[in-house]
Amino acid sequence: MVLLNSIRASSRRLLVPGPRLPTTAGYFSSTALARENVPVKQPSRSDSVLFPGAVNSKFTNELKFQKPHDLPAIPTYRLIDAHGVVVDNSREPDVSQELALKMYKDMVTTSIMDLLMYESQRQGRISFYMVSAGEEGIAVGSAAALAPDDVIFSQYREQGVMMYRGFTLDEFMNQLFANKFDYGKGRNMPIHFMSERLHMHPISSPLATQIPHSVGAAYALKLDRSSRIVVCFFGEGAASEGDFHAALNIAATRSCPVVFICRNNGFAISTPTLEQYKGDGIASRGVGYGIDTVRVDGNDIMAVREVTMRARDIALKEQKPVLIEAMSYRVSHHSTSDDSFAYRAKVEVEDWKHRDNPITRMRKWLEAKSWWTGEQDQELRTQVRKDILKAFVRAEKEKKPALENLFLDIYKTPSRDLEEQMAELRRIIEEYPDEYDLGAFDRGKEGL
Amino acid sequence: MFTARNFLSRAAGSALRKPVVNVPRVTAFQPLKIQQKYYSSGGTKDYTVREALNEALAEELERDEKVFIMGEEVAQYNGAYKVTKGLLDRFGEKRVIDSPITEHGFAGLGVGAALAGLNPVVEFMTWNFAMQAIDQIINSGAKTHYMSGGIQPCSITFRGPNGFAAGVAAQHSQDYSAWYGSIPGLKVVTPWSAEDAKGLLKAAIRDPNPVVVLENELLYGQAFPMSEEAQKSDFVLPIGKAKIERVGKDVTLVALSRCVGQALTAAETLKKKYGVEAEVINLRSVKPLDVETIMKSVKKTNHLIAIESGFPSFGVSSEILALSMEYMFDFLDAPAQRITGAEVPTPYAIGLEQLSFPDEDIMVKKTAQLLRL
Repeated sequence: MVLLNSIRASSRRLLVPGPRLPTTAGYFSSTALARENVPVKQPSRSDSVLFPGAVNSKFTNELKFQKPHDLPAIPTYRLIDAHGVVVDNSREPDVSQELALKMYKDMVTTSIMDLLMYESQRQGRISFYMVSAGEEGIAVGSAAALAPDDVIFSQYREQGVMMYRGFTLDEFMNQLFANKFDYGKGRNMPIHFMSERLHMHPISSPLATQIPHSVGAAYALKLDRSSRIVVCFFGEGAASEGDFHAALNIAATRSCPVVFICRNNGFAISTPTLEQYKGDGIASRGVGYGIDTVRVDGNDIMAVREVTMRARDIALKEQKPVLIEAMSYRVSHHSTSDDSFAYRAKVEVEDWKHRDNPITRMRKWLEAKSWWTGEQDQELRTQVRKDILKAFVRAEKEKKPALENLFLDIYKTPSRDLEEQMAELRRIIEEYPDEYDLGAFDRGKEGL
Repeated sequence: MFTARNFLSRAAGSALRKPVVNVPRVTAFQPLKIQQKYYSSGGTKDYTVREALNEALAEELERDEKVFIMGEEVAQYNGAYKVTKGLLDRFGEKRVIDSPITEHGFAGLGVGAALAGLNPVVEFMTWNFAMQAIDQIINSGAKTHYMSGGIQPCSITFRGPNGFAAGVAAQHSQDYSAWYGSIPGLKVVTPWSAEDAKGLLKAAIRDPNPVVVLENELLYGQAFPMSEEAQKSDFVLPIGKAKIERVGKDVTLVALSRCVGQALTAAETLKKKYGVEAEVINLRSVKPLDVETIMKSVKKTNHLIAIESGFPSFGVSSEILALSMEYMFDFLDAPAQRITGAEVPTPYAIGLEQLSFPDEDIMVKKTAQLLRL
């Protein structure tokens, strides 16, 4: 998935050092230009600090510690309330019926797929799954705000983004069953989707590693003077990893066009946010790193879309990072390996399900606008369920990837010892044909 | 990881002003007359390893605009060890980038840029600090091509000084050859001479896979003759090929990085003292490892000693000895041996530090023992 086929006609531009900023303006900017050594002169009796590390600070005679509690919490932006009512009539979501319905359908499809795949894991038909219940609004809402060729690094709870971008049910199922059509050639756990066509990088298991990657990819786009941006998803738990801090800091200092979207769903597996961090969520950290930041109601898909559109604009036009903290509640268990009722009350989850949920909230809004009816909803759900099950059966029946995929792609060209291993495996299989049932693998013995 | 950077070693600190080779406490260095006679004199020029690395970087930055270099102090300061000297002025701040102090941050940024099609060179001030970034190097850098089903190459070079230096104690003295050498998906090179440094670094940058370049701080200031061919901008060495630095018939000494020079000195002593002709193999590349060259040599000499300055357990020489069991058992007249660093966290005090690593004397003694001289 090479983003840059060639860096367009840029050799001269890249080889010439950038313009020098002789004024102190450069000193305050977060761009690399600020690195120019501009002497800072402090007038006598100045009221401000002018230490290089805090150039805007004023002197004070009052000894006072900054208390986080004294600062108001960063507000949460929303357009539509939990009852599906537009909060401020002058700010009706700017969206066509067609797009709104697509967004709704993608959320519903994601939630039904999640349910079915969760069950199928319980039946032992796939090994692992992670549902995104309660967070469909963040995924679909943000995807709807992006350009189709914006580059996406996701974590593992963004099925909705893929759904919106056009990842087909067959593509989902092929990955989950690791069959011969799986783009990862059967090398990844379920849920580690990827799509070259949709500019979505492979999902990586170690938490938060994708955050610095997204900054690097954004830097590549910046050098290319591209009209695209990078979007990176992660949870509030992953934001405790060093990678998060490293990435935000470096994105700010290198001014990279990347939008960070944090899904704050209240839990990191079993650890509630109260034990994950002490400050004002993840948003307050963005401010600390000098990054434009906004907090949004993640159950309000229209607010998520609007906020992401604005963030994309800032990232692209001003060539700098933006942080969005989207609040939600993880209705689901963490993964199929988790039973969350061991650490939270079932009643709490049920309460959230009924009180507020991105899908029901949007449905109320759509129905109020007469864009959607209960009957249509029932029809949609029946049809989606059917489509998913069909794709499920097709994918489950497909053969597994050819045996050669065990050895290929470790290097661009296989090293000699890998070729030797491959030949040795072939020899053993030929020598003991009864010991190896290769019927399940694409091309059988010839697949090696 | 800034703990000791500001007083980073008596040697390293002064390395910025004078060549490390002059630091008196490093007794291991011997005159380089031995190697010089293997180079033709026509058009040959002396290069320090530092100059060779610098030239390699400059040539690759010039050749391919997708190449950029990033790390702590690499731009304005010209690199903590001056390897990136002059590159900022020549190529500008978009391609020679000073990073905040965050190894996994800039290693991760490099991986991301590589996934997006650029060819980054990530400098670690020393590989000791890269432990913070090892998740990015291994879990992301080395594995993404495989896990993406082959659609997502990661053409990135990680480089910096590796192994012990002089008076920098345990946390700045570790050798990572074995660590990275054990990871499928990575390539690992360990240059010794100036030609190695230039040819292997250029090969690493051009390679479509992630490559780890383990340099050696003590070699930075050391001068080697560079052939006319190696001075050209199209000079590249193949990754995965060892080089026979000295031809011999009685014993095979396989060494890497700085130990190659020591092994050559030991070989001369062995000749003078015992009339023994040792064949010295410069491994050049730890992964892939050139078993064939070692095997050919052992077929001839029937004796094998692997030499490295890393820890003995699970090390490069352990691997070479294991390979000798698998591929060379029938040719060996005596059990293969290894000479390694001591299995202790490297101490700071001069005498203790010296005792922690192999020197030429021990190489001579051990070889004489093996050959029953």
